[in-house]
Amino acid sequence: MSGKTLFEKVWDDHVVVPETDDTPAVFYIDLHIMHEVTTPQAFNVLRDTGLQVHRPDLVLATMDHSTPTVPVPDLGAGLDAVSDPEPAEQIRQMVKNCEEFGIELHGFGDAHRGIVHVIGPEIGATQPGKTIVCGDSHSSTHGAFGAMGFGIGSTEVGHVLATQCLLQRKPKSMAVNITGKLQRGVSAKDIILALIGKIGVDGGTGHVIEYRGETIRGLNMEERMTICNMTIEAGARAGMIAPDATTIEFLKGREKVPQGSDWDAAIERWLSLASDPDAVFDKEVDLDVSNLEPQVTFGTNPGMVVPISKSIPNDAANATFIKAIDYMQVKADQPMLGTKVDIVFVGSCTNSRMTDLRQVANILDGKKVANSVRMLIVPGSQSIKNQAEEEGLDKIFVAAGAEWREAGCSMCLGMNSDKLGKGELCVSTSNRNFEGRQGPGGRTVLASPETAAASAIAGVIADPREVL
Amino acid sequence: MDKITQFTSATTVLAIDDVDTDQIIPARFLTAITRSNMSNALFADWRFDAQGNEIADFPLNQEGAKDRKILVAGRNFGCGSSREHAPWALHDFGIRAVISSEIADIFSNNSLKNGLIPIIVDVATHKWLLDNPGAEITVDVEASEIRLPQDKDNKVKPVSFPIDAFARHCLLEGIDQTGYLMQQRDKIADFEANRSWQP
Repeated sequence: MSGKTLFEKVWDDHVVVPETDDTPAVFYIDLHIMHEVTTPQAFNVLRDTGLQVHRPDLVLATMDHSTPTVPVPDLGAGLDAVSDPEPAEQIRQMVKNCEEFGIELHGFGDAHRGIVHVIGPEIGATQPGKTIVCGDSHSSTHGAFGAMGFGIGSTEVGHVLATQCLLQRKPKSMAVNITGKLQRGVSAKDIILALIGKIGVDGGTGHVIEYRGETIRGLNMEERMTICNMTIEAGARAGMIAPDATTIEFLKGREKVPQGSDWDAAIERWLSLASDPDAVFDKEVDLDVSNLEPQVTFGTNPGMVVPISKSIPNDAANATFIKAIDYMQVKADQPMLGTKVDIVFVGSCTNSRMTDLRQVANILDGKKVANSVRMLIVPGSQSIKNQAEEEGLDKIFVAAGAEWREAGCSMCLGMNSDKLGKGELCVSTSNRNFEGRQGPGGRTVLASPETAAASAIAGVIADPREVL
Repeated sequence: MDKITQFTSATTVLAIDDVDTDQIIPARFLTAITRSNMSNALFADWRFDAQGNEIADFPLNQEGAKDRKILVAGRNFGCGSSREHAPWALHDFGIRAVISSEIADIFSNNSLKNGLIPIIVDVATHKWLLDNPGAEITVDVEASEIRLPQDKDNKVKPVSFPIDAFARHCLLEGIDQTGYLMQQRDKIADFEANRSWQP
């Protein structure tokens, strides 16, 4: 009988009623984070069926997806002045729902309003060993802490609200072993893009991935979050990293962590979560990043990736490939380097934290964004915005000619006014380059914050290693 | 919830791989605060041009497509965002089954809760379906199989598909899973009282 993986330990700890051939497990959820877009229908169902929220103390809410990234002075005329009417209604509905059902909402004016997967860790609600869900597929982000974070639809949001449980079948497990020292100008975003390029957008389907290895141990929590965030783009259910001293250091002193002797007990429990040495995974993938270059996508899914100095592959027999390069207006056997850029977007739950903003500031300091480029920098939360301003990063951004915005999902998915026009090409630190993702007809190139910053200055896709 | 046991329909074929949920329903349609009819949002940027006119050769715009309940799609259908609005839009349009050789996890789970059946078939069957748009297929949830027409002697060819036993049971009996979970309340309370640490 072999030992257990990190995932198996967390899974087994949350089974209320075991899985059978005929029935899925009843599976307990420790933390439910909510935002305004995937919750209205769930609350309506609760209302219609007369159900209450079972554990409002285990629910956190914020507003991020359709919020404007300019200041919102109030929820009335102030909001209407800066928002399209439908998103404004959705925002008001969230406030109403949270009030009615007694849920802690981090709304406008709150230091912890921001992107769902930024605020959970920020306030210390995301902790090792927890099961964490949200009506958003990038819930995998929380796995950076050794939690099991996964995305759910609006019906399941209702299930969790009513019972704090979900019906789940246990997924398989995959180990991704990452070794090698990252070179200058190469970052966590490049690691996960390279991995998705290697295993494909369905390479992880049906599995929970554990990221392991010396490279992972050397990353800070924000870098680990970047990697876990894009796990879903490989089709996997969740992505996890075993907690260690780095994890504990990050969580120490944050608002929602256990206090006093509970803190010491928690540390002991958390450090015991790591996969046992004799644990067995259903699949294993190795990735050495010693020679990893900055990565950029060339196509219309995150698996269509190329090292920045190399040419787009030639897969002429593949209809999906042809459709993608046609949409992106790029050519096989041509490099992405030097492609004209219209917009640069730094933000999203993938890369909008202090590590990312500091990297961008480091490159923009004393330089100018090209005249032909519009650059938006969108912090992941109000408190990140505050911290960046304390460090003077905003002054660097503005002096360079970039726009420094309010927190939110912004141009990652173009639900409010931050969106691409038809044909515009955006170098984006977000996580999806699907057709029209950032605006109908918009073309997205996914990249790291450093690649985005270097490209903003050059006005074309550029290699950050040249400017560091 | 309606009971679903079996149905027969001609297929619409969308022979594109890796169709993500942003294509199925673009983000600008996610601002709804009710479960309103979303059929106009379905594949909005592939069905309609910038002026709102139907794009003639898109499969779902073709003659009779609105009456067809079965969509045959390329591999890895439904990848990307967890938006349940994707199966809602498909269902509102009239689709009751999606057939492919690979269907993304979250999309599958969401579909089964909304009377939309994700059907995974082997590569050979998938190819036959892609090559034969408009074929009359029977989806039999009870038998967990689809039945394809055959050229010779009018026999049908059954092809099994995997379906979670519980999901199948809920479809056949019209069971709402919230109700099922609510029946577990005592066990949930026990778990909460006796677990070794509190979140």
